[in-house]
Amino acid sequence: MRELPTVHKGEAAGAAGAPPPPEPPTVSSRRLMVTLSVAGAVAGLAIVLVFGWADPRIQAHRARVLREAVREVLDAPDRYKTLYVTAGGLSATPPPGVDTLAAEKVFLGYDAAGQPIGYAITGSEPGFQDFILLIFGYDAVAGRVLGMKVLESKETPGLGDKIIKDEEFVAGFRDAAAPLVGVKAGRRTGDEHEVDIITGATISSRTVIGIINHRLETLEPLLAAHRARLAAGETLAAGKEEGP
Amino acid sequence: MGELLWILISAMLINNFTLSLFLGLCPFMGVSARVGTAVRMGLANIFVLTMTAVCAWLLNSFVLPYAPYLRLISFIVVIASFVQITEMAIKKASPRLFRELGIFLPLITTNCAILGFAIFQTNRGYDFLQGIFFALGAGLGLTLALVLMASIRETSELSSVPALARNMGLVLIIAGSLSLAFMGFAGLFTS
Amino acid sequence: MRATTARYDLIRGIWKENPVLVQLLGLCPALAVTNTVANSIAMGLATFFVLVGSSLLVATFKNLIPHEVRISAYILIIATFVTIADLVLAAVVPLIHKELGAFIALIVVNCMILGRQEAFASKRPVGRALLDAAGTGAGFMIAVLMMGAFREILGNGSLLGFSVFGESFEPWIIMILPPGGFLTLGFILLAFGWWRERKAEVIRIRQWPHGVASREEAA
Repeated sequence: MRELPTVHKGEAAGAAGAPPPPEPPTVSSRRLMVTLSVAGAVAGLAIVLVFGWADPRIQAHRARVLREAVREVLDAPDRYKTLYVTAGGLSATPPPGVDTLAAEKVFLGYDAAGQPIGYAITGSEPGFQDFILLIFGYDAVAGRVLGMKVLESKETPGLGDKIIKDEEFVAGFRDAAAPLVGVKAGRRTGDEHEVDIITGATISSRTVIGIINHRLETLEPLLAAHRARLAAGETLAAGKEEGP
Repeated sequence: MGELLWILISAMLINNFTLSLFLGLCPFMGVSARVGTAVRMGLANIFVLTMTAVCAWLLNSFVLPYAPYLRLISFIVVIASFVQITEMAIKKASPRLFRELGIFLPLITTNCAILGFAIFQTNRGYDFLQGIFFALGAGLGLTLALVLMASIRETSELSSVPALARNMGLVLIIAGSLSLAFMGFAGLFTS
Repeated sequence: MRATTARYDLIRGIWKENPVLVQLLGLCPALAVTNTVANSIAMGLATFFVLVGSSLLVATFKNLIPHEVRISAYILIIATFVTIADLVLAAVVPLIHKELGAFIALIVVNCMILGRQEAFASKRPVGRALLDAAGTGAGFMIAVLMMGAFREILGNGSLLGFSVFGESFEPWIIMILPPGGFLTLGFILLAFGWWRERKAEVIRIRQWPHGVASREEAA
C-alpha cells in the first residue's frame, strides 16, 4: 500500500538525523488477509452492537418529530393515519417492494369523535439557497390550508429563514383558501386566497407558497377519490394509526 | 432536464463544495499555489468524483439496504481501492502523467470532498443520472475554486504582503472573499 | 526517533503544534461546524473520542498489524469509531447530530487522526500514544471552541444560545455563514503572525546593540 504523506512537520524534522529504521520482515499475503479479515469482523461486530442500541432511539425520535409536525399543522388531531400514495390512489397499505421510509406519504388526522380533520402533506422544492422541506395541513372538504410548518431549510439566517421564524407569516397560512396567492405586505385586498410575502425574503416565501400549490395540484384528484371512498362508507380498518 | 441542470449548477456555483460546504480544503490550501497544478488536481478530482458517484449508487442500490450502518466503511474501502487501482493503471499506461500527478492521487483518498460527496449523494437519494450530474457539478466547482485561488495567489506573489500575513492567514482571507462572492449565486434558479 | 518526555507529548498538541491553528489539519470540520458553540463542543468531543480510541487500539495492536496494510487497518479502526460516534450522537442528541450532518462521518478523513496514528501511535507505547492523542484532541477542541465562540458571538449575538449583547445588537450574519468560517480562521492566523513578528522584532532589538558600538556606527 502506498505510503500516505504525513503532514506533521515536526516529526519529519526530528527523524532526519536518526538512523534509518530496520527493514520490516516480509509478510505472507495470507497473514495480511487474515489480519484484515479479523479486524473487519471485530469492527463489524462492534458496530452492529452499537447500532442495535442506537437504532430504536433514532427511529423513536424520527417518529416523534413527524408526530409533532402533523399535530401542529392539523391543529392537534386526536390521532392520525398514514396513507401511501400509490398509482391507484391513496391506500392504507404500503405498495409492495417500496421502502416505507422513502415512500410518498400523506397523513389523515381524526378528531376525538372519529371525524377526519384533514390531510397533512409534505413537499419540497428548491428555494433561494437549497431545497425547502415543509409539511402543511389541508382540509379537503372546505378547500382550505390548515397550517404550515417548515421542516428543513438552508435559507440565509436573518433573511430567508424568516419563513421559519416569522410567526405572522406562518400564521397567515391558517384558513387560507387554496390555491394560495402571495401578495406583498400591505397590498392585501381581503381575498381569502391571499398570503403575505415576507419583505426581504420574497423568493423563499414564494417557494413555500409554490410548494403548497403544486402539491395540491398533484394530489387533489387522489384526495377527492379518497374522500369519496370514505363517504361511501369504506372503513380504513387496515393500516397503522398513530396517536398524537 | 431542468432538475438535472439545477443539480449541476447548484453543486458548482450555488453550494460550491469548497467555498460553501467546506469540503476539499486540504488540497485547496496546499495545492493552490500554481494554476497548472490546480487545473490538474481539479481534473483528477472530477474523474474520481464521477467514478465515486457510480460506485456509491451501486452500493446504495444493491448492498447497503441490508446493512446501513456499514455505509461509511464500505465507502472508504471503495474510494481507497479505486484510487489505488487508478494509480496503478495510470502508472502502467502513462508514466509521464503519473509523474506529473505525483502526490495528488494518494491525497485524493483522504480528500474529504470525495467521501462527503458520497454521503451527500446517499442522503439526498439521487439516482444514477442525478448522481453523475452531481459529480460533474461538484468536480467543476472544486476546479473552479482551485483555479481562482491559484490565479489570485500567483498574482499576489508579486505584491508586497505585510509580514504578519505571509502565511496561510492571507490564503484564508482570500478564500473568505471568494466565498462571499459565491454567495451571490444564491437565487440563480428559482421555481 | 527524538526522545520526548511524557509531559511534552501531552501538551505539545494543545498549543505549540495545535492541529488546526498551527498544522492546519482537519480544516473541513473546523470551519464547517463552528457556527455555534454547541456544535463546536459536539464535534470536539466526537473527534476526541475517535482520536483517543483509535490511538489506543493502534498502539495496542501495532505489532500485530503488518506494515503493508497498516494504512488500511488504521482507516478501518478509525471508521469503526466514527460510525459508533455517529450512532451515539444520533441517538442521544438528534438535533445537534442533524446540524453536524455529514461532518461527523468526515472525521474519518480528518488528516489529523490518520497522521497521529502513522507518525506516533504506531511507533510508541500505549501510554505515550494516549497522552499524545489526548493532547491533540484537546488542542482541536480548544481551536474549534475558540472559533465557535468568535463566530457565534459576532454572528448571532449569543453564546450557547444565551444572548450576550441584548436586543439592540445587530448580528454580523456573515460570521455564521461559510465566509465567516474562512475569515475567522484567517483572522486568528493573522493574529498569530502579528504576534510572531512582534516577538522576532523584540529579539532583533535586543540583539541589535550586540557587537555594535552605537546607532550611528550601525547606520
